[in-house]
Amino acid sequence: METEKISLGTQLFGYQLDNPIIPASGTFGFGYEFADYYDINILGSISLKGTTKEARYGNPLPRIAECPSGMINAIGLQNPGVERVRTEELSKLKRYYSKKVIANVGGHSFEEYVYVSSAFNDSESVLAVELNVSCPNVKGGGLVFGNDPEVLGRLVKEVKKSCTKPLIVKLSPNVKDISEMAISAESNGADGISAINTLLGMRIDLKTRKPVISVGKGGYSGKGVFPVAVKMVNDIFKAVSIPIIGMGGISSSYDVIEMMMAGARCVMVGTANLIDPYACKEIIEELPITMKKLGICNLSEIVGCASI
Amino acid sequence: MKKEVLKVLSNEKLTETIFEMRLSGSSPMLPGQFVELLIPGFSLRRPFSVAEYDKGILTIIYKVMGRGTEEMTTIKKNTKIDTLTGLGRGFSLSGSEHPLLIGGGIGIAPLIYLARVLYEREKSVKILLCGRCNNDLIKQEEIGKYGEVFFATDDGSCGFKGNALEAAQSLFKQTDHYYACGPMPMLKALATNNKKGELSLEAHMGCGFGACMGCSIQTTDGPKRVCKEGPVFQAGEVIF
Repeated sequence: METEKISLGTQLFGYQLDNPIIPASGTFGFGYEFADYYDINILGSISLKGTTKEARYGNPLPRIAECPSGMINAIGLQNPGVERVRTEELSKLKRYYSKKVIANVGGHSFEEYVYVSSAFNDSESVLAVELNVSCPNVKGGGLVFGNDPEVLGRLVKEVKKSCTKPLIVKLSPNVKDISEMAISAESNGADGISAINTLLGMRIDLKTRKPVISVGKGGYSGKGVFPVAVKMVNDIFKAVSIPIIGMGGISSSYDVIEMMMAGARCVMVGTANLIDPYACKEIIEELPITMKKLGICNLSEIVGCASI
Repeated sequence: MKKEVLKVLSNEKLTETIFEMRLSGSSPMLPGQFVELLIPGFSLRRPFSVAEYDKGILTIIYKVMGRGTEEMTTIKKNTKIDTLTGLGRGFSLSGSEHPLLIGGGIGIAPLIYLARVLYEREKSVKILLCGRCNNDLIKQEEIGKYGEVFFATDDGSCGFKGNALEAAQSLFKQTDHYYACGPMPMLKALATNNKKGELSLEAHMGCGFGACMGCSIQTTDGPKRVCKEGPVFQAGEVIF
């Protein structure tokens, strides 16, 4: 089997992607900054930085803590606000990236999620909206939207009423049963699932005897979460039939294939980009070589094949 | 920015806690820029300012602050290190004929390369080295080749007894622009007192090249990343 016959193409919501590699939200800015380092048009798509209604500065520093096999972040959703993202950031990106992107949306109330998601209805370059439900419902006692299947279901239903783009729900792993969340999302109209978001974690500075991160805890990501992500993507694959974008510690073409065998149609690569700015480029270049080694001609043939 | 594999030429102790490492194979960089080293066994890269750069040879000066820098002290000659070079925006190199360089402790590091470049551009350079005691005032001889050096120590063991701001007062009158690098309280005091200068900041970083927003600070011109729009900022724009 020659590598020329190997196909990396995949489809998402009727749109053809050249390959299933998508930089994860929050690890690639609004995309164009990476254009200085390599031709970002090689990427299957890009998930943009989480966007909220108003501009947010985010949390006080430090926002980052190193961990074995990964890191914890508590950036705090720093972003310029949906108006600027919808107009300036998307048009800046268009100069460097000709394919469609995924707009990631955060919110602290039902109204905010609905407002921000629908703001992209007329954005031609937006393929889908990815809902980050790991935010606290500030008006609802601060409980995280994605932690309760009933609240999550209601949120998805509300957003679907006015958002016309395909809706991906990005699930949190910090729940009792992620399949339950996926089922709730699907039954309320979600078009896709992305998983997993970060795991809650904390580090303590031994000299100051206080948490390293200014706000105490944050989200753990990187190679250490990979096995957790693989298991959860597989759980979700067995529970729903909508497409899954798998992520969590992917750093090589082998990880991409493993995540797809667990049930992912596409993958997002996050933390790996922060340690090696060329990570996505290297993974895309390696993928056909690894597929050839494993006897895989077409990626669609392996999606979810490991399910038992 | 470039991703390059550099080779360790030397890794020498300067004081009990401060070391100097020289590496070969680096692309050119400007004063005020920094590099990020990937240390085996540690997930995130470590950022260090360029203390010197000449014909492919990079010099960094690092202080042992935690386990990563502690591990670095054991790195032997000829070890290869995966490095991101050419990060950040450096110091301005024109527009000042009588610059004053103010270094606090390990903050002296990026000012060495800056001093040489300004000296080579025939600027009349004055340097103020500050620390808690004489031991903190590293690389005095080297930086002394590029300009007149003044000292300030908290305990008076060398030069003026007092802090950077106190020592700088008379020097501000003889210079037209300052460059400062050192502890945040020192930078804050200088910037509050005199806006005609630029500061090299440090911050806990995630990626070090602008992708994660881990090192965003507030400025008068909105949020800026220490690793990308910085590490050099105008004294007047940083909101402390």
